[in-house]
Amino acid sequence: MPKIIKAKEPFRFYTRLHLSELTGLKAVNLSQLLGILKEVPGSSIYHHTHRFLQQHQYLSPEPPNDFAYWVSSVLAEDALAEELASIDTIQYSNIRSLREKIIQTIEDYLKEHPMAKLKFANEEEAFYFIKSISFVVPTKYVAHDLKEFISILERVTVDSIYFHIFEARLRLEKQTNDFSLWIETSLGDKPLADRIANIDPYTRTLEDLRRTLIRIIERKVSS
Amino acid sequence: MARIDEYIPIVGESIIDDLRLIAEKLKGKVIQHINSTPVGGGVAEILNCMVPLLKELGVDTRWDVIKGGEQFFSTTKKFHNALHGRRENITDRDFEVFLETSNHNIEEVNTYGDIVFVHDPQPIALIRKKAENKWIWRCHIDVSNPDSKVWSFLRDFVVKYDSAVFSAPGFSQPLPIRQFLISPSVDPLSDKNKELPQADVEAVMKKHGIRKNKPVITQISRFDRLKDPLGVIQTYKLVKKYTDCQLVLAGGTASDDPEGAQVLEEVREAAKGDSDIHILLLPQNDLEINALQRGSTVIMQKSLREGFGLTVSEALWKAKPVVASHVGGIPLQIKHKYSGLLCHSIEGAAFALKQLLNSPEYAKKLGANGKEHIRNNFLITRHLRDYILLFLSLFHPEDIVNL
Repeated sequence: MPKIIKAKEPFRFYTRLHLSELTGLKAVNLSQLLGILKEVPGSSIYHHTHRFLQQHQYLSPEPPNDFAYWVSSVLAEDALAEELASIDTIQYSNIRSLREKIIQTIEDYLKEHPMAKLKFANEEEAFYFIKSISFVVPTKYVAHDLKEFISILERVTVDSIYFHIFEARLRLEKQTNDFSLWIETSLGDKPLADRIANIDPYTRTLEDLRRTLIRIIERKVSS
Repeated sequence: MARIDEYIPIVGESIIDDLRLIAEKLKGKVIQHINSTPVGGGVAEILNCMVPLLKELGVDTRWDVIKGGEQFFSTTKKFHNALHGRRENITDRDFEVFLETSNHNIEEVNTYGDIVFVHDPQPIALIRKKAENKWIWRCHIDVSNPDSKVWSFLRDFVVKYDSAVFSAPGFSQPLPIRQFLISPSVDPLSDKNKELPQADVEAVMKKHGIRKNKPVITQISRFDRLKDPLGVIQTYKLVKKYTDCQLVLAGGTASDDPEGAQVLEEVREAAKGDSDIHILLLPQNDLEINALQRGSTVIMQKSLREGFGLTVSEALWKAKPVVASHVGGIPLQIKHKYSGLLCHSIEGAAFALKQLLNSPEYAKKLGANGKEHIRNNFLITRHLRDYILLFLSLFHPEDIVNL
């Protein structure tokens, strides 16, 4: 039976619940969308690039962000929608750089396709900018080793997994996700930490992400 | 009345654990709901369900009701219609009546809550009693295109609140206070939504003469022009040319609404001679509505305007494929081609219906997606969570709140 390593520091699971705050800002065409994207709070960029992950957990993870969905379904600019949808969010370690990439993508597209500026959504299909207010709460779950970690991963809400994988890295700017950070610093297992950090969480549903994490760690524990 | 633990088999234990976790953070705070009626209407229905559940979670929640005479309520009804964008003759006298009753309530109602949660325009003027406590105004109405006279009158009160809450993004208004988006919800354990034995569903279908051998398209709605029942019949007729089907239009009686009675008459006239159209008056019969939704092949909600359109959530919760108009809160519930089909016209609705009737596997997939979307976003447990977070937000202005 492989030896289970005790962590230097235990891992406390947190959960993150969110409330949507309305900004009162809306866009009916690409120029307006672009203008507002430049000034809206980062918590709004975060909301529109991550909302789908939590609200549409049952889908294969498409479409990954509200901007792509709106540009495709309302303005019918499918080529731009595809470019926005394929922005590799995992590459960006903070909201600022993600915002710049989205803006650049739209600006480049409008340079090449100036006629796209002439497409307007009707009032009911306008893009309404919303902010995500996060409430971060410690849960009762604490893991002292990988075995306990797996057993908790099976039980916690997807909100908790979401917080440690997405929010910690991008919104709290920790460079990597919380699980990898703990596994590397408290268990000293860099290869496992890297394997988890290399999962692209944006191309999975949250339940699939949970199963993938459990599978990878279980393999490690039983090896 | 269901207890909080009864929701565990539906949403999972961890969701209820999270509710308990955040409810604890409100310890010592008294939440006081204030509205205009203890029974009847959507707001009272929500509060009757939410208040006991919040209490069970340990949130000290109370509920008070303002008083008002016939004149006051007929004025607030006019306000309600005007906020929905309907043309109403609002006079200076109406504003006087509103303020007279409001002043009386300001004297009579004790606003003792640490958080005072005011629902809709009727009690809005109570904000004049604001002291050190926190105040929220909850707007349950579609105010995307309000009558400017009424809105500017009410706005003077709204801006004095700490926060406002709307049901859909398009309802928000330029305001100097924080505005939150909180959608309504369905209660999966209520008579309208709970699981029913197949035999009960079939008995209700049979009772109303709905045959099993043809697909059934159903719209559940009041007989109201804004629900476009005549448009639904036209849609059905376009579909019927290619697919033999039945149409069910079911809703409450229109006895207290002269226009409703007229609409019902027009609907009956339009349906004349077609035994496959079933027009059913089902006042307050939640179990039968539930059975009709479950017994239908496709559900429609072809409204011209809609507040939130909870009938869509009800249908999706039953895993039904839905064709609905792109209005009000409906696009929040349906992502086109993912969890239902959205339409903008009679022809568009007919095309969507034909697609679903001819592709049962596609229809099934949309219904299944829809059900999960409702489970994740529009059940009462999410509503409870949002309200608790809303209360907490009053003490935390930041975007990331560490509790």
